[in-house]
Amino acid sequence: MTVQLIAASPIDGPMALRLLAILASASLTDNILLARFLGMCPFLSLSRQVRSAFGMGLAVIFVTTCTVWINWLLYAHILLPLEPYGLPADSLKLILFIVVVAAFVQLMEMLIERISTRLYYSLGIFLPLITVNCAILGAALFMTTSVTDPAKHYGGLDSLVYGFGAGAGWFIAIMLLAGVRSRIKEDSIPPALRGPGITLIIAGIMAMAFVIFQGMIKL
Amino acid sequence: MNGLTPGQRISARRALLDQIWNENPIFRQVLGICSALAVTNLVFNTTLMCAGLVWTTTMSSLTVSLMRNYTPQRIRIMVQVLIVAVYVIVVDIVFRVFFFETHKQIAAYVGLIITNCIVLGRLEAFANKNKPVAAAMDGLGAGLGYSAILMCVAVIREVLGFGTIMANTAWKVQVLPLSEHAAWWRQWTIMVMPSGAFFVLALVVWAARAWAMNRETPSRAQPAGGAP
Repeated sequence: MTVQLIAASPIDGPMALRLLAILASASLTDNILLARFLGMCPFLSLSRQVRSAFGMGLAVIFVTTCTVWINWLLYAHILLPLEPYGLPADSLKLILFIVVVAAFVQLMEMLIERISTRLYYSLGIFLPLITVNCAILGAALFMTTSVTDPAKHYGGLDSLVYGFGAGAGWFIAIMLLAGVRSRIKEDSIPPALRGPGITLIIAGIMAMAFVIFQGMIKL
Repeated sequence: MNGLTPGQRISARRALLDQIWNENPIFRQVLGICSALAVTNLVFNTTLMCAGLVWTTTMSSLTVSLMRNYTPQRIRIMVQVLIVAVYVIVVDIVFRVFFFETHKQIAAYVGLIITNCIVLGRLEAFANKNKPVAAAMDGLGAGLGYSAILMCVAVIREVLGFGTIMANTAWKVQVLPLSEHAAWWRQWTIMVMPSGAFFVLALVVWAARAWAMNRETPSRAQPAGGAP
């Protein structure tokens, strides 16, 4: 029933429904990893153990949520208004976003180190890896296309929810994969297929499973 | 990476060949496939993407190597990222001017070359410590090795998924008939979908590794890349 409601016209509906639709589409139907292929490197290398997958997943959720929102602020309030005056917004956003992500991650690392040593050792070691995680930059770039798309026209709250949803989708995917990989450790797999090969096949099967969400929500 | 100590010199030719086959970034390390898997359902999009990546790895390796003695170690990652970003923006502008329609589809992924692990990996592991010519060859090799595998994936996906090669261009070739014209052939929808990319890449990596291992078994008992 709910699905029917959402499928009707979530984007013009009430605020709560709109945000719910953005969240569900970012994390499930348009999963940043399984449908958009972003953040593959840490997905393949950190999914051996559930523990490290969990830490990296949490770090990604946190950083994506914050940086997508910061980037939205910069994009919607500085780059876009200046575009008519000859500012190349589409080129500048690439440099601006990567600098924001790198600076944010650096700042977080220093902050977490000060606040709690325990948190630093469980989360902090993943932070430097995040700068080059394409999922973070990718989420920001997809956000900009949604901002300029007249049908969606994302605002600040929408972008915040979208960033959280994208991070959560990545978290779900890596946790599922880590669970599967810890189960198949003992199985006999052809030597050449071991490691990345079999992981890609598992990811393919998971991507097929996520296809069933497609069409449930139309944005 | 190369099994070399920093002091050891490596010839430009060896740097190029090593990256294309022996140390191929995709099937040895499975790096940097993020921004590229999404575009491999059409050969033409993949060609553009690979051209952009080859240009970026080569030129940024050259630049980083030229600047290696003037860059403070502490801020080198930031400097490297900015150098890469400049070359990616050049690619982005060139594609927007000459391939407007295709650029609309792959714009976000072109921008993501900045965070491609291969580019930064080569800068950090090689260009940072070697002479400009060798560094440029190393970058060129990494780009070409990566492109070779992606082109294989793209050809398999487009032929089985759409029945064509280079659709959306003037050089379009119909390899397999459309489903409605032939009773014996159905297009594979799965090849157009994301999961098709995962399966085809897994098979290509499997084949390349099995072949490489077959040649190396006498000297090594373990698979070259090791089971991570």
